[in-house]
Amino acid sequence: MKKQGREHGSEVQSNRAARGRRLHSALGPRTSPSSRHLLPGEPLLRDRSGSRRPRSPRGLGGAVDGERIKNVFPWFGLDIGGTLVKLVYFEPKDITAEEEEEEVENLKSIRKYLTSNVAYGSTGIRDVHLELKDLTLCGRKGNLHFIRFPTHDMPAFIQMGSQKHFSSLHTTLCATGGGAYKFEQDFRTMGDLQLCKLDELDCLIKGVLYIDSVGFNGHSECYYFENPTDSEKCEKLPFNLENPYPLLLVNIGSGVSILAVYSKDNYKRVTGTSLGGGTFFGLCCLLTGCSTFEEALEMASRGDSTKVDKLVRDIYGGDYERFGLPGWAVASSFGNMVSKEKRESVSKEDLARATLITITNNIGSIARMCALNENINRVVFVGNFLRINTISMRLLAYALDYWSKGQLKALFLEHEGYFGAVGALLELLDTA
Amino acid sequence: MAARGGRGGGGSSGHCSQDKSITLPPDEIFRNLENAKCFAIDIGGSLTKLAYYSTVQHKVARVRSFDHSGKDIEHESPYEVTVQEEITARLHFIKFENTYIETCLDFIKDHLVNTETKVIKATGGGAYKFKDLIEKKLGLKVDKEDVMTCLIKGCNFVLTNIPHEVFAYQKDSDTEFRFQTNHPNIFPYLLVNIGSGVSIVKVEMEDKFEWIGGSSIGGGTFWGLGALLTKTKKFDELLQLASKGQHTNVDMLVKDVYGGAYQTLGLSGNLIASSFGKSATADKDFSKEDMAKSLLHMISNDIGQLACLYAKLHNLDKIYFGGFFIRGHPVTMRTITYSINFFSKGEVQALFLRHEGYLGAIGAFLKGAEQDNPNQYSWGENYAGSSGLMSTSPDLCPMQRTRSGTFDMFEMDRLERPLVNLPLLQDPSTYIPDTVDLTDDAMARKYWLTCFEEALDGVAKRAAASQPDSIDAVERAEKFQQKYWNKLQTLRQQPFAYGTLTVRSLLDTREHCLNEFNFPDPYSKIKQKENGIALKCFQGVIESLDSLDWKERQLALVKGLLAGNVFDWGAKAVSDVLESETQFGFEEAKSKLQERPWLEDSYNEWLDRLKEGPPHKCALIFADNSGIDIILGVFPFVRELLSSGTEVILACNSGPALNDVTYSESLIVTEKIAAMDSVIQSALKEERLLLVQTGSSSPCLDLSRLDKGLAVLVRERKTDLVIIEGMGRAIHTNYYAALKCESLKLAVIKNSWLAERLGGKIFSVIFKYEVPRE
Repeated sequence: MKKQGREHGSEVQSNRAARGRRLHSALGPRTSPSSRHLLPGEPLLRDRSGSRRPRSPRGLGGAVDGERIKNVFPWFGLDIGGTLVKLVYFEPKDITAEEEEEEVENLKSIRKYLTSNVAYGSTGIRDVHLELKDLTLCGRKGNLHFIRFPTHDMPAFIQMGSQKHFSSLHTTLCATGGGAYKFEQDFRTMGDLQLCKLDELDCLIKGVLYIDSVGFNGHSECYYFENPTDSEKCEKLPFNLENPYPLLLVNIGSGVSILAVYSKDNYKRVTGTSLGGGTFFGLCCLLTGCSTFEEALEMASRGDSTKVDKLVRDIYGGDYERFGLPGWAVASSFGNMVSKEKRESVSKEDLARATLITITNNIGSIARMCALNENINRVVFVGNFLRINTISMRLLAYALDYWSKGQLKALFLEHEGYFGAVGALLELLDTA
Repeated sequence: MAARGGRGGGGSSGHCSQDKSITLPPDEIFRNLENAKCFAIDIGGSLTKLAYYSTVQHKVARVRSFDHSGKDIEHESPYEVTVQEEITARLHFIKFENTYIETCLDFIKDHLVNTETKVIKATGGGAYKFKDLIEKKLGLKVDKEDVMTCLIKGCNFVLTNIPHEVFAYQKDSDTEFRFQTNHPNIFPYLLVNIGSGVSIVKVEMEDKFEWIGGSSIGGGTFWGLGALLTKTKKFDELLQLASKGQHTNVDMLVKDVYGGAYQTLGLSGNLIASSFGKSATADKDFSKEDMAKSLLHMISNDIGQLACLYAKLHNLDKIYFGGFFIRGHPVTMRTITYSINFFSKGEVQALFLRHEGYLGAIGAFLKGAEQDNPNQYSWGENYAGSSGLMSTSPDLCPMQRTRSGTFDMFEMDRLERPLVNLPLLQDPSTYIPDTVDLTDDAMARKYWLTCFEEALDGVAKRAAASQPDSIDAVERAEKFQQKYWNKLQTLRQQPFAYGTLTVRSLLDTREHCLNEFNFPDPYSKIKQKENGIALKCFQGVIESLDSLDWKERQLALVKGLLAGNVFDWGAKAVSDVLESETQFGFEEAKSKLQERPWLEDSYNEWLDRLKEGPPHKCALIFADNSGIDIILGVFPFVRELLSSGTEVILACNSGPALNDVTYSESLIVTEKIAAMDSVIQSALKEERLLLVQTGSSSPCLDLSRLDKGLAVLVRERKTDLVIIEGMGRAIHTNYYAALKCESLKLAVIKNSWLAERLGGKIFSVIFKYEVPRE
């Protein structure tokens, strides 16, 4: 998408002004359906853009400050990806007794529901270990919760929102990811909710920078692997991302997007690849009959990819010195599977492992080439493909280090796949 | 082609698919083995490519002046024609399935008589596996060569020596194969070899190349993963499955993620967001075809993306793709091309090579033949002995042969002299000799193919008649007829088989086929007779020209040149007249010419130039036919140029083609004329008239492949005028050729269809005088 009016000139870059417009236009029409839920006699305010917005009921977090409105609780950020929905929820911990009393029943019930459970339905999960405690956000103190569920359960989620009369809360629901577009209609018709759609790359970068700046409950959000080429000495160490620019941001979800980030709001999408987490999981389902990502990874952890892949040494007996290729390098992914005997001798675990190695190496390879082309030497890998996936992270760290002869550094972030959702939440708080 | 047909019913009965023997006469495949040397073999995963160097004994027609000692004897002919044996060098490449390797080695061993060869160069992944077999069968020591070194060497060789070697693939256009003009400088380029894995090599110079990267996701991944997913074992079958599938059933597209509205990221909704993204479910079955298609897209896109990233990093815009994943498969060429276009935003072009499958064998051969310095020579593809680019994809041409059980051949002739660009070409990298691309122009293609078919009978008869003393001439002429007929049928099916199809390539193929069956010069006797007749008229023509005033003479000279050009045995309309009307002469020809204004007429500009400008420093003339054309048309013109102070380089073909005058004939003819004419005589003596050979044996003219001696002379003499004469050289080719100096292109259109196409009638005149723009 070519956007206009940008300071830093790159073609595929985002634009805050345009984004702002999009946000407002998304907010605009929301007025009328929501206004049906206004309590009788409730005043309407005009915001700066001139569109009519309802004043929040009895002001929990919604006190009017001159002409500005403070954000109405609940505070959500939603990132609806191709495979997973990521939801971040800010749970205010500084609620005064008065506020507590004024808090509408619906809101209370949502808060209690989300914070007192770690699993929702059969597929929703709260990543408790990622929870950010005692965060100060827009003058409020609270905890940030990280919740995920499969995208195919989106209709059920909307249904639930509808049953809990979410729309009566008059909050803005900020969402990013492709699903923000795909499910916009459903949100409106089933949940009587108007989504505020946000650019996913803007959100991603905003989220990364924010979470890194607040840290991970006193620890570093960013880390790397020291001695990635030595499995004995390899260890996970914190990395200080205080001066992050320029950096290459590789977001591995179902597919992969690669961004070159030069400053807070100067970035471009360099390229992407369709060989991502969805490919790993999709192929694993076909090859092994597994049904969850966790299962696929677990199988991979027990498999041996060298039975499936053809290595350089399988062809040349050792290193291919003419080209400086080490014998252990994969010459042909799944190359051994051309042979019937070998097809019959490999296990599902071996196949899962080979799939994981293939996809991971390929992402590493593309990321490395982009880093070279963009002249950037720090590569930050994020996205839910890396969740509980130490094999891939260490392989990425290794591959980047090895093939760049130590010139490139692979970095990782603790909140892997949640940055888009965090960014969406921040947009909510920013733009109101 | 030779493997499929050629000789009808030749011993191919009673075999079945299990039969590992060669079903066609192997001497049609492993040709000229008697003198073979410098063997090389490239054994891939499924195909073996064998290369050898051999000498071919040809009959050639030689012309020779009669002994001048007996001066009184009056000869009917100006010179004598003798047939001699000549030995030329040829490279043979044969591609066959690995299953035939033993049979082939046996055949070679039985026929390899005269060789001093001790070693065979071997390359390819299978070289190791078959090492013992080769050593045992042939008694040759196997000498292994590095695969990539051979590939690059072979690639450089074909890029340098074979016109239309390179093509871009465009599935959705009328012309699937878009052949490229050979660039004078082939370096640097990127070679992406997609075998089981992918190697990306940057080639900077003949012997300087570097492996800059690769990927493990390659042909082996498609094959191995494809076999797992679809239970289909063969690579070709997987490709077939893929060509029938719908990847959108398996892949997660941008629009699947975004729903209907997908303007974000600037990505089209049909782009693949996640390969196999929809298969991430345990409770759905996917069709083999769909999975194969998805896999094909995934791998092609990935390779294309990496290739673009490497091209960008190294600042290269030419990427040649090869390896078994590509070889002869329109399906993969298409997906790779798509991917390169997408990822480079059109800045990089995916290019393919016609002889890609032979690169390793060529390279291995070159390594083994270093003492023969093959790179010092120019080489030409022999259309008669080469199978041409065959599609093995069943979906492209359902009637196509299947790959198994067939042999593909490629032959190259060593040319006697190195060929180079004409230094006067305005831009050698964009020069295209041919005026009409018949691969592009279906109507023209149909016409010309039919035209050549219809003329074939006459050509075969002429060939047989040219060797009345030979007992097997008729039989050979029939074989020639069959072979050329088959070539024409191949070209009807696959116009791209030998590069861009043009009138020139059709003519050249016919010459190659004639040579193949030992008809080196079917028109030698006709040329001899016509030269004799024309020489007798020379003085009369000169006298009548000299009687004219300057202005009248200029027009008469041009008309004479044009009338001479009517005498073309290559044009059916003319050969019919010449066969039936023996009295048809120079004056009759003049009367046939179109009246001015001609179809293309810049005569007035030419005349003004002669009148007002200084005489040209040096004119280069490409002559056309023997007889009246050269003697009564060209020579008076040459004489006028010489008289006005212009030096003349007269360029004639090195070898015979139709009744075109050859260099050796031109030497004798000039000598005879010099004996009659003082202007010519003194010019010859003072080297103001120079005779050179073009390096070509074609009725057409490729200004990018001319004899090096000619090029040197053109530069030395500061040539400032190029005159190209005849339909083959000035209309079928070079009509649009842009030169750095003044040029004159003249011809008489002796073909109604072509004349009509250009908006005229038969015997319309083209007189095109061009001055290069400043």
